[in-house]
Amino acid sequence: MIPSDLRYTKEHEWIRVEGDEATVGITDYAAEQLGDVVFVELPEAGRALEQFASFGVVESVKAVSDLFAPVAGEVVAVNDALTDRPELVNGDPYGEGWMVRVRIADAGQLSELLDAAAYDALTAEG
Amino acid sequence: MTGTIAADHATPLIERHQALGAKLVEFGGWLMPLQYDGILEEHRAVREAAGLFDLSHMGELFVEGPEAGPGLAAALVSDPTALAVGRAHYSMIVAPDGGIIDDLIVYRLAAERFLVVANAANAGVVSDALAERLAGRKAILDDRSLATALVAIQGPRSAGILATRTPIDLSVIRYYGIAEGEVAGIPALVARTGYTGEDGFEIFVDLPAGIRIWDALTEAGQAAGLRPVGLGARDTLRLEAGMPLYGNELDRSTNPFEAGLGRVVRFDKAGDFVGRAALEKVAAAGPTKRLVGLAMRGRGVARHGYPVLAAERRTGVVTSGTVSPTLGLPIAMAYVAPGDAEPGTMLAVDVRERPVAAEVVPLPFYRRAR
Repeated sequence: MIPSDLRYTKEHEWIRVEGDEATVGITDYAAEQLGDVVFVELPEAGRALEQFASFGVVESVKAVSDLFAPVAGEVVAVNDALTDRPELVNGDPYGEGWMVRVRIADAGQLSELLDAAAYDALTAEG
Repeated sequence: MTGTIAADHATPLIERHQALGAKLVEFGGWLMPLQYDGILEEHRAVREAAGLFDLSHMGELFVEGPEAGPGLAAALVSDPTALAVGRAHYSMIVAPDGGIIDDLIVYRLAAERFLVVANAANAGVVSDALAERLAGRKAILDDRSLATALVAIQGPRSAGILATRTPIDLSVIRYYGIAEGEVAGIPALVARTGYTGEDGFEIFVDLPAGIRIWDALTEAGQAAGLRPVGLGARDTLRLEAGMPLYGNELDRSTNPFEAGLGRVVRFDKAGDFVGRAALEKVAAAGPTKRLVGLAMRGRGVARHGYPVLAAERRTGVVTSGTVSPTLGLPIAMAYVAPGDAEPGTMLAVDVRERPVAAEVVPLPFYRRAR
């Protein structure tokens, strides 16, 4: 099930907008494709992210995958729980497996993201 | 996953893997299971209970005849004539320059009959090289790679599970031993070998019977926690056990001494063998690089191909790396300059242009309790 209230990138990140801030993670589909996540590398709070640029890395037993920022903005919080419990990304990708919180620089960029129906169609293609 | 993956060969067990929901992958020309429920869970099952592996992609080359032993001794770096019947050893076939063509297990099935098991991706090359090197000898090479299914059961409970489906007394098959007999009523070769660092068995049968072995062991192991295990966990298991993988630690540009496997090369055997002259020079001069274990001390995972640094200078390259499921820490194998190879040496791995501290540690990373 793809949450209908989120927006998505083609690279399988989700973003949940709450006022002028937003939480970012990777989708269940992405976590499933990666397999068991064993390592997550995230930026420090305060760093400025650029839309669609890499801001970190998620690694499974077998694969290394970049994380791409859905929008530009400043990192205001990082999910430190993933340092010791990277498996949260597989177990609860839209909840406890979140990655970063950002202060959105330009809300207009949100329109460049996919809605749930479009993301669903993207992943259905395989 | 939808879509089809192109591969020359499909394992005879492909329908079982699909029914189990396996993620499939092309490996060495074969469509094989990468994972079923997850690499970590499968890895743990092998360490704590037992795992069932489909290894039908491996190459099985039978060599038979009065000169089978001497012929293999001239073709490989080891001395198969020194094997007792029912015993096996680890071996390699090298090019004249000493570069590794493949690593092998050689089993002596009878005085004049041997089984050579090669990696899937190299089976054709090894078969061709053996045919060429055995030419003129009283020995026949029978490449049964496409006619043989190989099912392995590995883990502390594997002997108990297998014993319920075979009349063979497994206690007489020691590590690196092999016996002929029946499993689930099917004629089989049962070897106590593996690639996981655990006790376990590899069962060779004619291709169509593979599915019956798989089903019989699946049923026999249900209560004991036996799980199907894919190539993903096979890789993490062998890495923890410090075992090399062809294409990562071993290739044509590497010789057995660099890989820390000089003991496999038997200069004391009778007669010449392909690679002898080149390897004698390496043994005398010492290797120019050495395979080591690395334990990451900083935050980061070393991966195949990442540079290894000593101070600011590049000393080598990572050949395999992952987060060890058993230890919960990132581990790696790497080639480094001989002067940087002592356990305790602090090096760094260049992880996406950031140096992450790594310590040289003895191999293997994991050794089972006996």
